[in-house]
Amino acid sequence: MKRSPRDSLETTRKMTRRGLILGGAQAGFMGLLALRMRHLQVEEADKFRLLAEENRIKVSLIPPSRGQIFDRNGRIVAENAPSYRITMVREDAGDVEAVIGRLMKLIELDPDEMARALDELNTLRGDTQVTVADRVSREAMSRVAVNAPALPGVTPEVGLSRHYPLGSDLAHVVGYVGPVSDYDLSKIDNPDQLLLTPRFQIGKIGLEAKHEEDLRGKAGIKQVEVNAAGREMRELDREEGRAGQDFQITVDHMLQNYVQARLGQESAAAVVIDCESGDLLAIASAPSFDPNLFVRGISTTDYRALTENQFRPLATKSVQGLYPPGSTFKMVAALAGLEAGIITPLDTHYCGGYTEVAGHRFHCWKRAGHGHVNLASSLRESCDVYYYNLALEVGIEKISAMAMRLGIGQKFDIPMSAVATGRAPTKAWKQKSFGKDWVIGDSVNASIGQGFVLASPLQLAVMSARIATGRALVPRLVKSIDGVEQPSGAGESLGLNENHLRHVRKAMFDVSNNRRGTAYGSRITAAGMQMAGKTGTSQVRNITAAERRAGVRSNRDLPWERRDHALFVDFAPYDNPKVAVAVVVEHGGGGSTTAAPIARDITLQALYGEDPPLSAYPAKDRARIAAQQKRLRQARPASDRDGNGRA
Amino acid sequence: MSYLEYSVKSAPTGLRKFLYFNWPLTLLLIAVASTGFLMLYSVAGGGFDPWSAAQMKRFGLGLVLMFIIGMVPAWFWRNTAGVAYLIALVLLVAVELFGTVGMGAQRWIDLGFMRLQPSELMKITLVMLLASYYDWLPAKRVSHPVWVFVPVLIILVPTVLVLKQPDLGTALLLIASGGVVMFIAGVHWSYFAAVIATGVGLVTAVFKSRGTGWQLLKDYQYKRIDTFLDPSSDPLGAGYHITQSKIALGSGGWTGRGFMQGTQSRLNFLPEKHTDFIFTTLAEEFGFIGGVTLLGLYALILVFCFVSAMSNKDRFSSLMTFGLASTFFFFFAVNMSMVMGLAPVVGVPLPLVSYGGSAMLVLMVGFGLIQSAHVHRPR
Repeated sequence: MKRSPRDSLETTRKMTRRGLILGGAQAGFMGLLALRMRHLQVEEADKFRLLAEENRIKVSLIPPSRGQIFDRNGRIVAENAPSYRITMVREDAGDVEAVIGRLMKLIELDPDEMARALDELNTLRGDTQVTVADRVSREAMSRVAVNAPALPGVTPEVGLSRHYPLGSDLAHVVGYVGPVSDYDLSKIDNPDQLLLTPRFQIGKIGLEAKHEEDLRGKAGIKQVEVNAAGREMRELDREEGRAGQDFQITVDHMLQNYVQARLGQESAAAVVIDCESGDLLAIASAPSFDPNLFVRGISTTDYRALTENQFRPLATKSVQGLYPPGSTFKMVAALAGLEAGIITPLDTHYCGGYTEVAGHRFHCWKRAGHGHVNLASSLRESCDVYYYNLALEVGIEKISAMAMRLGIGQKFDIPMSAVATGRAPTKAWKQKSFGKDWVIGDSVNASIGQGFVLASPLQLAVMSARIATGRALVPRLVKSIDGVEQPSGAGESLGLNENHLRHVRKAMFDVSNNRRGTAYGSRITAAGMQMAGKTGTSQVRNITAAERRAGVRSNRDLPWERRDHALFVDFAPYDNPKVAVAVVVEHGGGGSTTAAPIARDITLQALYGEDPPLSAYPAKDRARIAAQQKRLRQARPASDRDGNGRA
Repeated sequence: MSYLEYSVKSAPTGLRKFLYFNWPLTLLLIAVASTGFLMLYSVAGGGFDPWSAAQMKRFGLGLVLMFIIGMVPAWFWRNTAGVAYLIALVLLVAVELFGTVGMGAQRWIDLGFMRLQPSELMKITLVMLLASYYDWLPAKRVSHPVWVFVPVLIILVPTVLVLKQPDLGTALLLIASGGVVMFIAGVHWSYFAAVIATGVGLVTAVFKSRGTGWQLLKDYQYKRIDTFLDPSSDPLGAGYHITQSKIALGSGGWTGRGFMQGTQSRLNFLPEKHTDFIFTTLAEEFGFIGGVTLLGLYALILVFCFVSAMSNKDRFSSLMTFGLASTFFFFFAVNMSMVMGLAPVVGVPLPLVSYGGSAMLVLMVGFGLIQSAHVHRPR
């Protein structure tokens, strides 16, 4: 674009003018900066020089002590034990190699840890404190302290480290802490300065992670005077932080310990709920692991052993594991039918071993059939055909609504990691998830807790407790925080017809107390202590026709991971329910043979608060039970065990 | 002036251009950067590692970049300004979507060999585009509301993006350097008065909004303002920096404690001693004389840029040089004000001296453009 010369001359002039104004303004500001510099460096130089001489004040953080965790009886579950470590700062050390060489003559250093420390010393910023040796002995500490002049940049430090005295018993519930990782930091928006302290421990899973901020507390600030070499001389000022809050959980460590031991090395989970308050008295997942391994940073060998174990010790099966509830779901179906007014307790169906629905044959577990069954006998003997017919009459929507009311498919807000929601399937759900219509066969499968129905052991225990009490009981894990009692989970009435509930409870009573009940072998004989329960055996997959031909008839002939899950839910005492229990043994075979005896033992232990008298057991089992009690007592030496874990 | 006219009067061509570079400016840049190497050497406790050597390499790379850019005719930069601006804008949006989050803000894209901060790039391309815009716009229309609205939009779009990151310091820098170009181009006074009035209003709004549902800044930004107004309110964080930095500075006195003799930085009182707070080390070790000398070097750089800009008859070249030189000015003015406790801690490095790759390269690209304008000025 062409401009007239006059025009362009005028613009150039204007630009020069404005350029001069701008330059003047900038020069003026620089003058101001120079004046400020003169003010600070010349006029006030003496004052600042003096301050600088005195400026040997170093401000540092005092890490708060992490809140402790106790069980319902006040037994400590997670505590802070003093730990000694030796740190090093490259800038202060000067010749790192020489200093480390001298240090190695004084104390033993782990070669792996040494390599990591050297790497950190060489790559991180020169003023970073690097841990050279962690968890050193007291003598090693004092040896380093005495030789301090020869070890510039090396500081022995006393800190607190998490310790779990009960070892593996509560690993899944309380979880564990570990050093902050970059990944942890990336998830926090504006991290507390405390978290940037090297090797600061934060909760990784379980209660430790869910209540991390309450447990952590707030750091204090300490002003110390240091000498010219940076060594601390004396403390000048201290602003106390706030210690983390103490937690008391509802779990009874003795019972938890028993339950873990009773589950032993099975891949299993068990939950015990207090029927009055909803307190989780025990919430076990087996096999377990030693959380103390994680606190100091687990070795790759140990970690691989845990992750490659086919019984998945790291998974929290009690709340995270989802299983088809199998026959334990029949109470749900029965109540759904009763509440809808579609069935009555006296209605009967004929079980000839199978029923035909939409051209497909659905078998009862008892191939010979149960004959005529009503509500009571269908639960007692766990007849499948009765429930197939019931599902056809009642429909899936009502059954699923009842499942939700009883806690299945409902996510409970307890502070553990990966609490699963489970599933009470509906037609809309299937359409949304699979884009397929609900078919009648789905309802038939769901009626006996197979197919799309999924529940966690926690939900099964809640279901049992809700049937036992008729109240919308909610599980509670935290009893009190810093002595402040947390809201109870007792819950309001579910609004179910008490008569209907009574019928179902009576049938459950018969399951373990009637000669024909599926769990008669696992009954409790002590007066006033009898339990009401329900067995469940849920298929992982069908035994194929080919396998049948090859001679596979029962679970025992199958590889472990394809055997059925064994389940049992119960509450006791029948007349006045105090506890509700759910047990799931993964691939355990049958509910009545595997899960029911475990649940019975756990129930008795919970009711008595110690090993129950042998009179509570059927006479013919007493000798075997006595041996079992002895064996378990040895496996878990009395209350104050050293917590080195039995992972 | 169109680019066809450049060649008319014996403008240098080919490698001869090299002789026509603004050599005093180049030497001044080397002098300032060398001060930086020296300070980084001292801060590391007398070692080229970990900072000084790396910084030298970067500066070397920056110099090469400056020469390459300087050899390219200014018209090329004018014609590509729009594209460059758009690329920077797209990258800004990209960090918004895929950027790495660092220190609570999304700022950079990881290229593997370096971290690219699009906001740094924007500081330059914005000035280029505005200069090119006013070069195209007939002088009579400069103050016409419609033609004022366009550059305001050009400034505000990246500013809003940068604010979202959130990086208040860079956002203000963009507005300031864009404003400088508009000012030099001759936009009427009243617009600037209006902007300043709005600015005052906005600051009031920011303070009033605090704690309400429509809070305008992030909590940490308020905290920075708080600690600026009252350093003792945050004894561990930014307030601590300001207090310590003033002590280090003041204790330098007239002549300083001597090279490598600074005690304050030695004792690690200043965590960012090699980046944003490097001036304190200089001021402590070389005193008032050292500090003023650096300020003088900076002033000389500005003088050479301004002289080059005013003597350049090409409107684009002139505007761009003014704009880029002012960006440079804002860098060191803000950093020094911050270190001397005159401004809040906003995380602006001391140009050419602070340790850091992205800022250094961008500055050298800027000086490359200034050189290009100088070499190819109409004669």
